[in-house]
Amino acid sequence: MIAIVDYGAGNVESVRRAIAHVGATATLTDDPAQLQRADLLVFPGQGHFGQAMARLRERGLQDVLRAHIDAGRPFVGICLGLQLLFERSEEAPGVAGLGVLAGEVRRFAERDADGARVKIPQIGWNAVQRARAGTPLDAVPDGTSFYFVHSYHVVPDDDAVVAGRATHGGPFVAAVQRDNVFAAQFHPEKSGEAGLRLWSAILEGGWWGRAC
Amino acid sequence: MLSRRLIPCLDVKDGRVVKGVQFLGLADAGDPVELAARYDAEGADELCFLDVTASADKRSTLTQLVGRVARELFIPFTVGGGIRSLDDMRAVLEAGADKVSVGTAALRDPALIERAAREFGSQFLVISLDVGRRADGARVLTTHGGREPTDVLVHDFARRMADAGAGELLLNDMERDGTKDGFGVELLASITAAVDIPVIASGGAGTAAHFVDAVAHGGADAVLAASVFHYGELSIAEVKAAMAAAGIPVRKPLGGTA
Repeated sequence: MIAIVDYGAGNVESVRRAIAHVGATATLTDDPAQLQRADLLVFPGQGHFGQAMARLRERGLQDVLRAHIDAGRPFVGICLGLQLLFERSEEAPGVAGLGVLAGEVRRFAERDADGARVKIPQIGWNAVQRARAGTPLDAVPDGTSFYFVHSYHVVPDDDAVVAGRATHGGPFVAAVQRDNVFAAQFHPEKSGEAGLRLWSAILEGGWWGRAC
Repeated sequence: MLSRRLIPCLDVKDGRVVKGVQFLGLADAGDPVELAARYDAEGADELCFLDVTASADKRSTLTQLVGRVARELFIPFTVGGGIRSLDDMRAVLEAGADKVSVGTAALRDPALIERAAREFGSQFLVISLDVGRRADGARVLTTHGGREPTDVLVHDFARRMADAGAGELLLNDMERDGTKDGFGVELLASITAAVDIPVIASGGAGTAAHFVDAVAHGGADAVLAASVFHYGELSIAEVKAAMAAAGIPVRKPLGGTA
């Protein structure tokens, strides 16, 4: 079963529709019992790091997500769902993230290296360059554009988790993958044909070692 | 690098596209879902729906449409027209819209945008600025489709909206709207310099070179147009090719063979 974690953070229905479009069925739920039975968890998110963590804790989902990941089952984070995997964020100082990946979440710098203004939030299509092979990004040509909407980006301690990068003011991490966890800063469910192809690759498996 | 976006805008009334849309090979040119899919296939980066329904059951026709589009379309789409309250916004969000465009209501009650940003996030909020000119020459916001100038200076209001948590500004230059003489590049440049959030240019598109000007000289992050696309005067691909030739980053749609 594919479950989408529905914890009141944004347009999760569009994720369900994109998954349905590529031929799979996903359930939207915040019920811990149901989430515990999921083979693959999709963890979307929009909005504020601190509020999202508070909502996860209120619903008792923090431990469910950790247990799923620790058990080696496939896990897909989207946008804020990527950021929440890290230890902390400049958006919510003092709030602990899930801490699945070491590192932090930072706001885009307002100026680039040349002193030019950087638009925040970044809204629109940006080309993602693969950092390595063996992630779902293999399903699309290197440099394919995806749709981004965000003001913060992740800074992993370990470069080896980076799956893809893009440039906004300077290079930033657009996707990460480690073992059974793949997470994207962009919205594959809003990235047209490229996004649907990525969803297919995510659900087909391979990147975490076995089919779902 | 972030691409500059091209956004076709459809006027929708009672769930149907109004104003002429001339595409060959469409079973029904009035169906917004079919048109949306067509623009998506042609490489539109986003779509905008402007609801011009006047009837009392507006909300239900609009949410039905948003639901139908959301099922078929996997690029971002913005819904505007008569969005007046947090409830209106929630209704289109729940129906599947990615963003709302708010105009008159933001002008009447700027604090609405602060509340909306807290409730839904900035990414959801496009503030539509219909810019006219006051008798003394000042560029001010207007109401009633540009006919009624107010005393609100566009620069002041643009900054206020950015501070309130708007995600993007949609700048409609009413002096240019429908002229096909090109975007008001001077106004555009002064607004893009005044705020840090993305600005969408609207009003005056006639040729591919106009789109290039809006970005290269106006600093627009995205360009919106309606009739030049609907009547087939320009194609999305043609405009993107002109932008790319001018050194502007544009998204190349993923083709079958890529």
